[in-house]
Amino acid sequence: MCGIVGLFLKDRSLEPQLGAMLTDMLITMTDRGPDSAGIAIYGSESNGKAKLTVQSDTPDQDFDKLKGALKKEIKGDVDIVVNSTHAVLEIRDDQVSAARAALREIRPNVRVMSRGTSLEIYKEVGLPKDVAARFNVSSMAGSHGIGHTRMATESAVTTMGAHPFNTGDDQCLVHNGSLSNHNSLRRKLRREGIHIETENDTEVGAAYLTWRMQNGATLGQALESSLEDLDGFFTFVVGTKDGFGVVRDPIACKPAVMAETDQYVAFGSEYRALVNLPGIDAARVWEPEPATVYFWSHSNNSTSEKAA
Amino acid sequence: MQTLDLSEIGLREVNKTLHAQAENTNQTAWTIENARGSHAIACGLDAPIEVTVKGSTGYYCGGMNQQATINVHGSAGPGTGENIMSGKIVIEGDASQYLGATGHGGLIVVKGNASSRCGISMKGVNIVVQGNIGHMSAFMGQSGNLVVLGDAGDALGDSCYEARFFVRGSVKSLGADCEKKEMRPEHIEFLKEILAEAGLDADPSEFTRYGSARNLYNFDVDNAGAY
Repeated sequence: MCGIVGLFLKDRSLEPQLGAMLTDMLITMTDRGPDSAGIAIYGSESNGKAKLTVQSDTPDQDFDKLKGALKKEIKGDVDIVVNSTHAVLEIRDDQVSAARAALREIRPNVRVMSRGTSLEIYKEVGLPKDVAARFNVSSMAGSHGIGHTRMATESAVTTMGAHPFNTGDDQCLVHNGSLSNHNSLRRKLRREGIHIETENDTEVGAAYLTWRMQNGATLGQALESSLEDLDGFFTFVVGTKDGFGVVRDPIACKPAVMAETDQYVAFGSEYRALVNLPGIDAARVWEPEPATVYFWSHSNNSTSEKAA
Repeated sequence: MQTLDLSEIGLREVNKTLHAQAENTNQTAWTIENARGSHAIACGLDAPIEVTVKGSTGYYCGGMNQQATINVHGSAGPGTGENIMSGKIVIEGDASQYLGATGHGGLIVVKGNASSRCGISMKGVNIVVQGNIGHMSAFMGQSGNLVVLGDAGDALGDSCYEARFFVRGSVKSLGADCEKKEMRPEHIEFLKEILAEAGLDADPSEFTRYGSARNLYNFDVDNAGAY
């Protein structure tokens, strides 16, 4: 099972409500997977600075005095906004690697959830309603976002096994399904120098996309080659800085419903997730085709490409 | 006309009320409001009643239906009409995957498109789709008829037995052991009747019939690659 929701706003006046709309959609999908939940929000950019969303199981200790300690290590400006077990660090773009290295030293229990200029990822073990309340997702604004509620099959129920997974700067992935060749692919990717943290199958899918893009593929190309190289069942929704994409495996037994109006493009594992969206009764509602990559972007026209 | 508001009384109460209708009920017309994609609406009915569902439905609407007529004024989710025994289900919009799976009898009509695995393992149900159907439709179909006024996707009728498929448009590919067959007068007659029953207008002579080549009925090691 697992439940996925996604919302891409065309009407900018809805942006303040993005978090509230996504939260409502995700809670509707709770009975598709109650193990853990997560949300990726593409909010405002912070004046060219990079954002690192980090997590700790002991936030009181780890985030206490973190700002000053990190500042000293990287010798640059650091801003920090703590939100429950997560914190968003804002640093200069060219100091991201130094900051990550410093974090490993001074706060070894802190894990990086996402990196980018507008993306923030919040995820924890628990029901969607509890996870959303913990981070007050309803109050978050943004241009687009993705949510996931997990029914674990391939690996343990942990924060790091929750979705979305960060695949690169401002990119993230959520998955409904299970990959059957993740062990061999993980070994291969590790040999290629890709860092993979857990035994989770989706993390391997995310790492695969990262690896393909590091070797020059666009996200669209990486998704198309995933249809060849990933064995198993998947409906993927990917977030990028200016949009989101959808791809289903050729068998396409994992459900997917989409709706489009002048105001938004929405994705749900089921139609139930979409019923409270404004104007849904008049929306164009359809199921994405198998083995076809779809993209909606704020900067380009939307596309769909059928893989050969 | 009796009206049930699903958002107010909940699914169990709706289905319990419909299950309570006997063969000789005089409350024969029911409307369900606020479907909102809920699962298992009007499942397991067994009375000659007519149920109209306002809005789109989720998983398994009209599953195991006997006698009843169910109209969905919206689109229908996965597994609609699964294991239908008799009666009729009419979907005004589109139908999701595995429509009418393992259905033994009755009629399912889709005014829009049906998704993948339409009529999978059908065992006597008749399914008429005004639009197109997706891949792997009628996989292992044993009996009954799948009538498609539009196009069929990949692997139509894979490993089928005696189910019959009539497609007016193109077929992207045929599944293992499914082949094109001649249209005989009895098939034209059948199409006339089923299209009339479905309330759809199409010329029976424009359809092509497909069915089993009957080479994979019994396991033969020489055919291992084809299974």
